[in-house]
Amino acid sequence: MTRTLIALLCLGLAGMLGWALWQLPGDVGLKSDLQSELQGQVQADIVGLPALVAAHLDQSGVRHPVTAVLLNFRAYDTLLEIGVLLLAVLGVLAVRHAAAPEPVHPQRAGAVLAALVHLAVPLMVLVAGYLLWAGAHQPGGAFQAGAVLAGAGVLLRLSGRLPALLPPGFWLRAGLLLGFAVFLVIALGVTRGGHELLAYPVQQAGGLILAIEASLTLSIGLILVSLFVGAPSPPEHGGEASE
Amino acid sequence: MNDILPWLYDSLIALTLLWIAWQTLSTRDLFKAVLLFIVFGLLMALAWVRLQAPDLALAEAAIGAGLTGALLLDAVGHLRVPRRPGPRK
Repeated sequence: MTRTLIALLCLGLAGMLGWALWQLPGDVGLKSDLQSELQGQVQADIVGLPALVAAHLDQSGVRHPVTAVLLNFRAYDTLLEIGVLLLAVLGVLAVRHAAAPEPVHPQRAGAVLAALVHLAVPLMVLVAGYLLWAGAHQPGGAFQAGAVLAGAGVLLRLSGRLPALLPPGFWLRAGLLLGFAVFLVIALGVTRGGHELLAYPVQQAGGLILAIEASLTLSIGLILVSLFVGAPSPPEHGGEASE
Repeated sequence: MNDILPWLYDSLIALTLLWIAWQTLSTRDLFKAVLLFIVFGLLMALAWVRLQAPDLALAEAAIGAGLTGALLLDAVGHLRVPRRPGPRK
């Protein structure tokens, strides 16, 4: 009885989601006959967001429309996103710290895993850097780069090279905060020049976005690893551990 | 022939996604469910590529499949330890 009810509710939700998706203006990149027919009919009603972004792309400081939206046109959303991530990791650290976790003994890595980590981790750091840089003109950016960095951290942790130190040290806290802090300082800083909040001056937009993305990458990587490790070691010790 | 191939490919991805999603939810083995979830994330990334959203595909593969998968595997590992005294249902 309950199962049937849940199944019906799920079906209803799926139907609603499908209906909502069907109502979206279809000028993205989907090429079906029906879509192009529909486009002809409703073209007048559609606020063409992709066209709007494309028209103002040269004022954004980057050449990739997605990065332009995330870091410039709708940067407020991204600012709140990194804020939410920071709050989440603060919660995890607080809970782990209060619960006085049992000392973790990561098992010694086997020879194959150790060799793999030696090969993969530098490569992953390189890929993260590339993704960060590529975000300016093609798919990539801070979140993807940060996730790859975090993947490298998780790999180090699993192979026992990243010890869990119980009290998060100063450098770790600073690293967690860096992305949000830099973002906030730049967001408020541009208001001193007579601009709106987060409305970068056109000439400096590229540099500001790069600064924000670089610090976001570092912070997102640290935040995601911290979510995994719980009470991780500060970065200064991470270097020593992988000698 | 050139028209039907992408269509076939897309419907294969869509059907496999639905099937894996169902398997993930219905399997009783948590470890298997996590593995299926990771496979789901990777296939979803492929679907995003087909929908011409490579940014989402990158994020899905890195965060959705990779990190969430690692977190879930970690959680499964923690769940197994205290259960050792009593047999699992």
